[in-house]
Amino acid sequence: MTAVADALEMERVESHLHPEGSFEVDDHAVPTGREEIWRFTPLKRLRGLHTDAVLDGSAVDAAYDAPEGVAIEQIDRGDLRLGSSGFVPTDRIAARVWHEAGRRFAVTIPADAELDRPVVVTLTGTELEPATATHAVITAGRHSRATVVLRFVGSATLADNVEMVVGDGAELTVVSIDDWADDAVHVGHRHAQVGRDAHFKHVDVTFGGTVVRHDTTAEYAGPGGEVEMLGLYFADAGQHIEHRLFVDHTAPQTKSHVTYKGALQGEGAHTVWIGNVLIRKVAEGIETYEENRNLVLTDGCQADSVPNLEIETGEIKGAGHASATGRFDDEQLFYLRSRGIAEDEARRLVVHGFFNDLIRRIDVPELEEQLAVTVEKELARNLLAEAAR
Amino acid sequence: MSTPSTDSGRRLEIQDLHVTVKTDHEDKEILKGVTLTINAGETHAIMGPNGSGKSTLAYSIAGHPKYTVTSGSVTLDGQDVLAMTVDQRARAGLFLAMQYPVEVPGVSVSNFLRTAKTALDGEAPKLRTWVKDVNTALEQLNLDPTFGTRSVNEGFSGGEKKRHEIAQLELLNPKFAVLDETDSGLDIDALKIVAEGVNRFRGQDGKGVLLITHYTRILRYIEPDFVHVFVAGRVAESGGSELAEELEAHGYDKYVKAASV
Ligand SMILES: Nc1ncnc2c1ncn2[C@@H]1O[C@H](COP(=O)(O)OP(=O)(O)OP(=O)(O)O)[C@@H](O)[C@H]1O
Ligand SMILES: [Mg+2]
Repeated sequence: MTAVADALEMERVESHLHPEGSFEVDDHAVPTGREEIWRFTPLKRLRGLHTDAVLDGSAVDAAYDAPEGVAIEQIDRGDLRLGSSGFVPTDRIAARVWHEAGRRFAVTIPADAELDRPVVVTLTGTELEPATATHAVITAGRHSRATVVLRFVGSATLADNVEMVVGDGAELTVVSIDDWADDAVHVGHRHAQVGRDAHFKHVDVTFGGTVVRHDTTAEYAGPGGEVEMLGLYFADAGQHIEHRLFVDHTAPQTKSHVTYKGALQGEGAHTVWIGNVLIRKVAEGIETYEENRNLVLTDGCQADSVPNLEIETGEIKGAGHASATGRFDDEQLFYLRSRGIAEDEARRLVVHGFFNDLIRRIDVPELEEQLAVTVEKELARNLLAEAAR
Repeated sequence: MSTPSTDSGRRLEIQDLHVTVKTDHEDKEILKGVTLTINAGETHAIMGPNGSGKSTLAYSIAGHPKYTVTSGSVTLDGQDVLAMTVDQRARAGLFLAMQYPVEVPGVSVSNFLRTAKTALDGEAPKLRTWVKDVNTALEQLNLDPTFGTRSVNEGFSGGEKKRHEIAQLELLNPKFAVLDETDSGLDIDALKIVAEGVNRFRGQDGKGVLLITHYTRILRYIEPDFVHVFVAGRVAESGGSELAEELEAHGYDKYVKAASV
C-alpha cells in the first residue's frame, strides 16, 4: 500500500450506509418515507419533527443531580463544545435540533475524576405541543470514570441530540431511559467519540412513548478504544420503537460490542433494529460483534432486525453479528408449568430470563431495581392483556 | 365413570388412552389404547422399542400441548387429570422427569426451584430450611451448590440434566412420578446416584413411580413391582421383574411381530 493511498484512507470515506452529514437543514430534504433511513418510521406520527413543527417548546423540565466536581451548565449556540464529538447531523431532524434547540447543556466530568454515584438528568415532559428540542454535550475528561443517566418521563414531543466525548483512557457509561407516558414522541440522535484506550458504554432502555426512534453512533479518536452498546426495549400495542446504530471503526485496535434485546406484545407493536458497523481500512486489528434478539409475546407484532457489516480491511481480529426473533418457547413454558408454576408466572420467568443477562451487563447498581420494576410493570400489562383474551 | 367409586383409592389410572400428534398432513395416532393402573406405593417399569410411544405416554400424562387425547381417561386419586392444565396436574401431585430436560436461559436453578415450590405449596418455603434443603438435594445428586446460580439446564451435561431432574423430584416431592429414560446417558456412578434418589423418594409412604427405560441395568437398583412391555402404542404384556430379564435375553422381537399382524 502506498503512502498516498494510506493518506487517502484517513479521509472520511463515504459509507453506503451513512451519507455524509451536514449542518444545513436544507441539505436534508423532507423525508417521504421511501428513503432507506426512513422506510420503517411512521412519519405521520412524528408530529412534524421531520418537517417544520415549531421546536421552541419549553414543555420539558430538566432536573439535574450530580456529585461534586461535575459541572452542569446551560450553554449558548456558539459554545465550542457543541460539535466537539465530531457529530454532524445526518438527517433533517438532527440538523433542525442543531439550529433550533431551546435548551443546550453541557455535563463535564473533569480529568481523573472518579464519580462515586451517577450524574442523573431527568427530563420531564409536561405537554405534547409545541415540540421541544434539546442538545446536550457530555464530556468525560481523560482517565475519568463516570456514569451519566438521562431519564425521560412524562408527555412530550422531543427531538434531541446528545454528544458524548470520552477522553483518552476514560470510562464513561451513559444510560438513557425512555420511560415516557404512552403519548410521547421522541426522536434522538446520540453520537460518541471514543478516545485512545477509552471505554464507552451506552445503555438504551426504551419502554414508553408512542414513537421512539434513536440513532446512536460512535467513532474512535484513537486506537484501543472500546464501545459497548446495550439496549433493552419493550414495545406494547401500537408502539413503534426504532434503534439505528452505527459504529464507525475509524481507528486500529478498537472494539465494539452491541447487544440489543427487545420484547413485543400487542396489536401493532413494532420494533426496528438496524445495526451498522463499518470497518475502515485503517481499522486493523479491530474486533466487533453485534447482536439483536427479539421475543414476540403475542400475535400482531412486528420486529424488523437488520445487521449490516461493511469491511474495508481484512486485517481484523474478529467481526460477527447475529439476529434472531422468536416467539415464546412452548417447551420452556411446558417445562416450568410441569413443575406446578402457573402459566402467567412461567411467562414472567421466561421474559425475565430473556432480559436477565443484559440487565446484569448494564451493571449500574443504582438502576437495577428500577429496571426490574419497569420490566415488571410492562409484563403486568402483557399479562392483563393476555388474561383478557 | 365420573361417580367416585368406593375404591377410588390412591392411584394413577390410565384407561384406554388414545393420543394423536399433529403432523404436516394428518393427525397421527401414537397411543392406541393404553390401560395401566399404578397404585400408591407401587413402581412400574415400562420397556419398549424406540418410537413405540413411551415418551408420548409420559407427555400426555403431564399435558404437553403437542399431544391430543382423542379418547380414554387418566385419573389421579379419582380426579380427572385430562381436564387439568399442565400446572394443575403438577399441583395435583404429578411429576415428569423428562427424557430431554429443557434449557431456560436466564432463569437460575434456585429461582426456578423456589418458584415451583411456592406454586406447589401455595406459600413460599421458609428461607432458612429451604436453602438447606436445596443444597442437600443438589449435593445428594452430586451437583455442587454453584448449580443453584446457573440457568436451568443451560450448559448442563446430559448426565447433569438427568440428575437435576431427580433433585427436583426429591425437593418437590410429588405423589406420582413418571421418569422418562432418566437412566439413559448416565455412567454407572451417576446411575447409582440417580437410583438412590428415586429410592429415597419411593421409600416414603404411598408414592407411585412409572419408570420408562430401555435397559434392565437400572432395574437392578430400582426394583419394580411390575414390568410392562410397550409396543406400537399400547401395553403388549405385563408381568413381574422376571419379564425384564426375559426382554434382556430375547429383545422385543416377539412382541413387535405380534403387534404388526
Ligand atoms: N410431530 C410428530 N410428527 C410425526 N411423528 C411424530 C411426531 N412426534 C412424535 N412422533 C412419532 O411418535 C412416535 C412415538 O414417539 P415417542 O417419543 O413417544 O417414542 P418413544 O417410545 O419415547 O421412543 P424412544 O425410545 O426413542 O424415546 C415416534 O414414531 C415419533 O416419530
Ligand atoms: Mg422417549
